[in-house]
Amino acid sequence: MIDLQKCFELIINIGLPHCLLLSAMLFSIGLFGLLTRRSIIAVLMCIELMLNAVNINLVAFNRFSAMPDYSGQLMAIFGIVVAAAEVAIGMALAVKLYQERNTVNVDELDELKG
Amino acid sequence: MENMYALSQILLFPILGALIIVLTPKEKKDSIRQIAIGAMSYSFIITLLVYFQYDVNAGGMQFIERIPWVTDLGVSYSLGVDGLSLPMLMLTEIIGITSVFSSWYQEKRVKEFFVLLLVLIAGVTGTFIACDLFIFLLCYELVVIPIYIMVLIWGSTKRVSKEYAGIKLTIFLLMGSAFMLVGVVAIYLTAYPEGLRTFDLEKLVLSSRLGYLSSDFQIFVFFLLLMGFGSLLSMFPFHSWSPDGYAGAPTAVSMIHAGVLKKIGGYALIRLGLMVLPLGAKFWAPLIALLAIMNVLYAAYIALVQKDLKYVIGYSSVSHMGYVLLGFAALNPVSLSGAVGNMVAHGIMASLFFSQIGYVYERTHFRSVPELRGLAHQMPTVSLGFMLAGFASVGLPGLIEFVPEYTIFVGSFRVYPVLSVLAISGVVFTALYILRMLAKAIFGPKSSKFDKYHDARGFETAPLVFLGFFLVVLGLFPELFMGVVRSGITPMTPLLENIADAPTIVDAIIRHVGIGGGL
Amino acid sequence: MFDFALECAWLIPLLPAIAFAVIGLFTRQNKQLSAKIAIVAIFVSFLLAWVVLGAVLSNDITVESPFIAKAVWTAIGNIELTMGMLIDPLTVVMLTVVTTVALLVEIYSLGYMAHDPGMGRFYAYVSLFVSSMLGLVLAISFFQMYVFWELVGLCSYLLIGFYYYKVSAREAAKKAFITTRIGDFGLLLGIIMLQIYVGTTDFAEMQIQLPHYIDVFGTGILTAIAFLLFIGPIGKSGQFPLHVWLPNAMEGPTPVSALIHAATMVVAGVYLIARAFFLFSQISVVLEFIAWLGAFTAIFAASIAITQRPMKRILAYSTISQLGYMMLALGVGSVTASMFHLMTHAFFKALLFLGAGAVIEAMHEEADIFKMGGLKERMPVTCKAMTVGVLAIAGIPPFAGFFSKDEILAAAFEHNFFLFLIGSITAFMTSFYMARLLFVTFYGELKDDCPAEETNDFMRYPLVILAGLSAISGIWGYFFGFGEWVYFGAPVHEGINFFVAGSSVLLAVVAIWLAYAIYVEKRWSAHGLAAKWGIFYNLSYNKYYVDEFYTLVRYYGCFVVARILYWIDLNIVDGSINLLARLIGALGGVLNKAHCGSVQMYIVCFYGGVLIVMGYALIYAYKVLSMAGGAF
Repeated sequence: MIDLQKCFELIINIGLPHCLLLSAMLFSIGLFGLLTRRSIIAVLMCIELMLNAVNINLVAFNRFSAMPDYSGQLMAIFGIVVAAAEVAIGMALAVKLYQERNTVNVDELDELKG
Repeated sequence: MENMYALSQILLFPILGALIIVLTPKEKKDSIRQIAIGAMSYSFIITLLVYFQYDVNAGGMQFIERIPWVTDLGVSYSLGVDGLSLPMLMLTEIIGITSVFSSWYQEKRVKEFFVLLLVLIAGVTGTFIACDLFIFLLCYELVVIPIYIMVLIWGSTKRVSKEYAGIKLTIFLLMGSAFMLVGVVAIYLTAYPEGLRTFDLEKLVLSSRLGYLSSDFQIFVFFLLLMGFGSLLSMFPFHSWSPDGYAGAPTAVSMIHAGVLKKIGGYALIRLGLMVLPLGAKFWAPLIALLAIMNVLYAAYIALVQKDLKYVIGYSSVSHMGYVLLGFAALNPVSLSGAVGNMVAHGIMASLFFSQIGYVYERTHFRSVPELRGLAHQMPTVSLGFMLAGFASVGLPGLIEFVPEYTIFVGSFRVYPVLSVLAISGVVFTALYILRMLAKAIFGPKSSKFDKYHDARGFETAPLVFLGFFLVVLGLFPELFMGVVRSGITPMTPLLENIADAPTIVDAIIRHVGIGGGL
Repeated sequence: MFDFALECAWLIPLLPAIAFAVIGLFTRQNKQLSAKIAIVAIFVSFLLAWVVLGAVLSNDITVESPFIAKAVWTAIGNIELTMGMLIDPLTVVMLTVVTTVALLVEIYSLGYMAHDPGMGRFYAYVSLFVSSMLGLVLAISFFQMYVFWELVGLCSYLLIGFYYYKVSAREAAKKAFITTRIGDFGLLLGIIMLQIYVGTTDFAEMQIQLPHYIDVFGTGILTAIAFLLFIGPIGKSGQFPLHVWLPNAMEGPTPVSALIHAATMVVAGVYLIARAFFLFSQISVVLEFIAWLGAFTAIFAASIAITQRPMKRILAYSTISQLGYMMLALGVGSVTASMFHLMTHAFFKALLFLGAGAVIEAMHEEADIFKMGGLKERMPVTCKAMTVGVLAIAGIPPFAGFFSKDEILAAAFEHNFFLFLIGSITAFMTSFYMARLLFVTFYGELKDDCPAEETNDFMRYPLVILAGLSAISGIWGYFFGFGEWVYFGAPVHEGINFFVAGSSVLLAVVAIWLAYAIYVEKRWSAHGLAAKWGIFYNLSYNKYYVDEFYTLVRYYGCFVVARILYWIDLNIVDGSINLLARLIGALGGVLNKAHCGSVQMYIVCFYGGVLIVMGYALIYAYKVLSMAGGAF
């Protein structure tokens, strides 16, 4: 017998597990995209997703810890800054790549092969 | 002077110079050169002040600077000089400033060249004045990178390609650092219990004196250090990088490498190997002595049939390092001061050689002995440099090499009579290959192919004047550097007396065979 | 004034050194100025040396109570290396001889080197040489002696190779340096052993300590040390078997041959033994060895000189032979005779060399005496001077060589009859070849195309002065009591042993007559004699093939071995390192296959790795917790 009351409470009282679940889902989506997308733009976007998943984790742990001291938020801001920088460089690289190679397909960019 | 951070100035001024050069437009080649020479001159002058203000009678570490850095690990930025490191510091600065002089007319990628050169000099300087092993390692690693890049970009390809030479040089340097790292970490972890751990050299020496480092531990770790520093000092059979590396490297790198970088091996063997691990040093001493003789004679023989001048000098420096190793292996105050003195002497001499070879090679693109006939006709000044360095190498009195060499022989004879006789016979072989080289490359009939090249003149003679000055003055007044060396070595006398009866590898073998025979 | 001179004796070597520095650094290009600086320096040194001589005579400084001054040069460990000056009659003899000959040679060189563009360099080198030689003479210890010993070796190298563009000169210089270096190896070893076993190399200190040392430790190690020390003089003073460099050294300018390779540097070995005779005299084995080696060298070199044709080479072998004589004298225990001969030899051999230089220059660099002849008319002064020199070396009274040689033969006669015999035969040969040289060069018929003329003033006057010295220095030494002044042990009262003196004079006269008969009267044909004594002639003419032997040794002992070692170094020592590098490279090649280039594949691998690690961590945590009570 499902205790509806308890289910309801679980849904309404958003706690740490919710945040973690969200973060995990976001991360998995990002990872999936990262592994399967062919376009380098999409790959970069997926990396953004993964970074954001991490940020959610950080904030969530801070929020639900015994003594919230905003260190998680702080780290998240750092993460956002890094992510922004990364996007800037990544996009610049992508543009440059397109100019050089006329493609943004990662499968065709396998020069690193030994 | 103590509070003026003299040593930091010496260490950091080249780096400051490098930073300013980074910010200078690369077209302004002359300004870049002037900045480099300015930074080096400043360091050099401060070094001179430190050298003459150092109180020889008091001895010990002076000009100490200590700023805690990573306190959890026991790392502090601490610098200081004693009688052991001061001559090496002086040597570094002399050769550093000369290498800038001798790169004056280098035209390819001037900016990058001087940045790397200054970083290189700063790194070498740091290894000698560091009182903290962490700083020592840091500076040592700082040296490796510029050298690799410089050989690859400005090197020359003759028998071996410059890429091969660069990689070989770097790998041996890194091999040294790998063994050293393991050894240093082992010492760090063993010397003190957790919480008290420190990289401070003096405290590590203290720990060793208090007996925290067991005999077996010392023997094992010293072996690691010997592998590392030995290959840095081109000890047989880890010497083969030295001729190839020098042959591939540009002049300034050859000068610094043969002149000072190599000496880090010998310096660290004494500073770290002997002072922290005296029992280990004693245990392996006979082996070192044996390998030293191999160095002296084997390399001298090989130098006899070399054609490329850089190979002659490369093997010659391997041979001379044999004397240093022999002096170390004899483990008495006389021989040790000879070893340190010899490092200074060889540094000046070898870099004079390399600067002159560099001059000839950069102008004529010849440096093989049969091709360079009768250079004295067109290039008398350069030939004078060759002769000065050559005669110093032969160990002629009045030039810098004689007194240290004599000191080593006196020191080592009592300990290893037979090996010392062999080493002394090295003076004949040295004369053979040096004179052969001088005769074939410098003297002889005039060859017209050099007519279009001019002799070193004006600023080009700076390396010769500078190094020649030290070669002669320190040769005529050896007390100027031997006195300082002595003040560094004399405090070790009790240490050396303590280990006089410690077992050596020979005892171990005898014991082993004895037991085996008994069974 | 005399005391002051003693105190300032260090100026004697210093002045030429300053001249060297000034010429070398500043006035090298200016020939006349360089020469003037060098000559002024040596002239002042010369005056000082004579003042020091006066000081020694007036101050009762004897062999037993020398004047010593010293200063610490540097210290190694607890050993102090001192430099200083030890002045006793022995030193003073050398000082005056060296400065006198050097002064005359430098004046002579004004004429001889006048047309050489390297004249400035020449005077710089010669000044350095004189300075080092004087430093050697003043040495207070073996160590100081070694220092200057090496420096004179360097100067000898530089001056033999003065004409560096000549292949023969540069090879001769190299040979000289390396051959003497072999000797120096022994000397250095001996000095180091002295330093370690006796504790000092200072002559005065050793003289005091040595008897005690021998009482305690015996002479075992000292014998080894004395042998090793003697190897140095073997090299430097051209004793068999290290004599080979001296004839080749004649490649240098003739004034150099006169100064360095006849009068001064080559006698350094003799001086060293005389100086340290208190050490050598304790060890009779070594003395005996020195005597026999000296005697052998004397007769060996004389027998070579008989058949040589180049003028300077004859003189070079003559020098070796005379050095053998001095060694013989030392070996039989007579420092006096040895030093006396050293002095007279310096004068007459310098004279002969300078004369030879004048002749060779007049003949436009023709050195073969058989291409000369009848030069008596063209060069009368040179001829007269040379005649004095030849008479002196042949030992005809009253010229210098007679007295000194007689003393050596007398000492040998008292010691061992065979040594005396060898000495006498050598004296006979010496007279013969010197007379041969004189007769062939100056007498006989003048060749038609002979360009010779009398030399210039600069070269002539030194010859005349040296001829005067060669004539009178023997009598002077004999009558003014050289032996009561320079001696070891007890003063020697010279008296002529009439048997020895008579026989040697007789032999010399016979030899000169023989040479006259063969080369002037042509009573016997020289070629006929050579053919008749074919084997001996060839052996002698080819110098007993010693040089060829050394060439073989050098080739096989050094270059072949060196090539083998180089091969080992490249292929085995370095080869194994390269092999290691290649093995690592091959391993990398295998692992490289996993490197496909697709970034996404890498990420898959990376996450796979992460999953594995996480899985392991979970399992591990589960195990730990279940062990702790299964709270999980």
